[in-house]
Amino acid sequence: MLIYLLRRIIGAIPTVLGVALITFLLFNLVGGDPTYQMLGKHATAQQVAELRHEYGFDQPLITQFVDYLRQIVTFDFGRSYATKQQISAMISNGIGPSLTLAIPAFFVTTILAVVIALVVSYFRGRWVDKLGVVVCVVGMSLPSLAFILFGQYILAYQLGWFPISGWDNDFSDRWQYIAMPMLIWVLVSLGYDVRFFRTAILEETGQDYVRTARAKGLAEKVVFFKHVLKNSMVPIVTNVVLEIPLLVLGAFLLEGFFGIPGLGSITIDAVHNSDLPVLKAMTTLTSLLMIFGNLATDVVYTLVDPRVSLK
Amino acid sequence: MTSGEAGGGMAVLATSPVESGVAKNEPKGRSLWADAVRRFRKDRMAVACLAVIAFYAVIAILARFELIASPWDTVIGGAYDPPSLQSLAHSFGTDIFGRSVFYKVIHGTRIAMSVGLVASLIAIPIGVTLGALAGYFGGWIDEAIVWFYTTLSSIPNIMLLIAITFVMGKGMGAIYVALGVTSWIGLCRVIRGEFIKHKSRDYVVAASSLGASHGSRIFKHILPNVSHFVIINLSMQFMGAIKAEVILSFLGLGVQGQPSWGVMIDDAKLELARGVWWQLAGATVAMFFVVLAFNIVGDALRDALDPKIK
Repeated sequence: MLIYLLRRIIGAIPTVLGVALITFLLFNLVGGDPTYQMLGKHATAQQVAELRHEYGFDQPLITQFVDYLRQIVTFDFGRSYATKQQISAMISNGIGPSLTLAIPAFFVTTILAVVIALVVSYFRGRWVDKLGVVVCVVGMSLPSLAFILFGQYILAYQLGWFPISGWDNDFSDRWQYIAMPMLIWVLVSLGYDVRFFRTAILEETGQDYVRTARAKGLAEKVVFFKHVLKNSMVPIVTNVVLEIPLLVLGAFLLEGFFGIPGLGSITIDAVHNSDLPVLKAMTTLTSLLMIFGNLATDVVYTLVDPRVSLK
Repeated sequence: MTSGEAGGGMAVLATSPVESGVAKNEPKGRSLWADAVRRFRKDRMAVACLAVIAFYAVIAILARFELIASPWDTVIGGAYDPPSLQSLAHSFGTDIFGRSVFYKVIHGTRIAMSVGLVASLIAIPIGVTLGALAGYFGGWIDEAIVWFYTTLSSIPNIMLLIAITFVMGKGMGAIYVALGVTSWIGLCRVIRGEFIKHKSRDYVVAASSLGASHGSRIFKHILPNVSHFVIINLSMQFMGAIKAEVILSFLGLGVQGQPSWGVMIDDAKLELARGVWWQLAGATVAMFFVVLAFNIVGDALRDALDPKIK
């Protein structure tokens, strides 16, 4: 197992380098020199030179790239253009709020989706199933921005059930600000998840071993819960684990709307302030999380599916 | 048909009409495409949704050539007039400058459809070419291409989109390119997998033993046999582009100085507190129906074209 893990980690290095290269090319080469944009039209040559030196734009590209790799390894991405804070500090401050929203929302969504998917696929082909599919497709097709805006307007503004937006540093008072974005998160992602899980479960019911189980006279309930459910957990778990790295960023629109000072808000602010170092750091960080998420998925695969060997 | 005559010759009266009926309904050598069209047409919902998409496309083309809702920025009333039935232009109310929200929705349609189209036109050739090369040649070419798309797909889509639109400068051009170069990966994976399966099949081996070149084997022999995956992919591709454009425009990275659904939703977030809901509703409803239609058509296409579940 350890050797397998080690091999997978080494195998991920080319991908990490690739991500670094693409991000670097995008921001440092295509994006060009942003110093004039930051200092405005009336900057003196002295100011420009100083700023270029601080961000390393006066260095040859290869030096800049090595510098960027060093930033990734040391997790020190320099200062933000807009807030002048250390980016690493901004990010570590943002992770907490992001996760307080993302983790409960993620668990509620996943559990609800699996339960609903089980119910509709148990009644496959009947009206419960058909209704479920229609609701899912409609839910998937509603723009998430509409969920957020109408949710905020009706539930918070008109009915006053929740605060419109805000944040409390104290954990015990946070829940009231988390509740509505969480509700909207669940509504937005439920349709897609239920449909995906339902397909995964129904694909299993077409397998030969299910026919065998029925042929030997097992009750439909036993076939479904004992045989089908266990096997359909493989694609379900894969999908769920793959979503985890995106949780950090996942709800960036929600965070922006509800004033949650997480990584999503940092990204949106960076977009509005043309804060390239922050965008670059966020791109790098989320990509690294994705790569490790993929790795984790493979490891989980070997745990839940005995057919997958550790080769 | 000889089989019909043979059936009659058996002199079993009850079976001969049945057999000739089968022969009529299932002629020999019906292509995958004809078969798919037949199956797709049986799905009434999907046909209706295809009509919805065609309707959006017509609206987009008419708006493009300024035949309808033109010019969109004419002032037709006061600021924030609620929807009224006095004319079509007033049916969705007016925005802060007294412009027709209905006209803005129509121009948003034009933007959305053009983004979907151009992004697909960029992504499909990239995805098909790279997928075909990787799957057909294997070896280091395969490894390089797989490395490239693994890397690209490791960057969360939204961050990549933000980064590309940002560094290219905001606007339509950046949106087209960003969506085009980020959305070919799914198709590339599928095409690569299919090429790996097909390249060792008998018909390809036969073609190569007759002296067909690599190019001829890829484009003349294998590609037509996997091209239906492009169509299956197209619907989801189009829909993804429309959704992404709305979010990018909402973030201020997309369309500038023109109405798009994303820009309208962005405007609406400040208007809602004043009770002005129609701009948001207009953009949402317009987007909802086209995305729904693409979802349903996409499913129907998969069912009709994927021979596995025949």
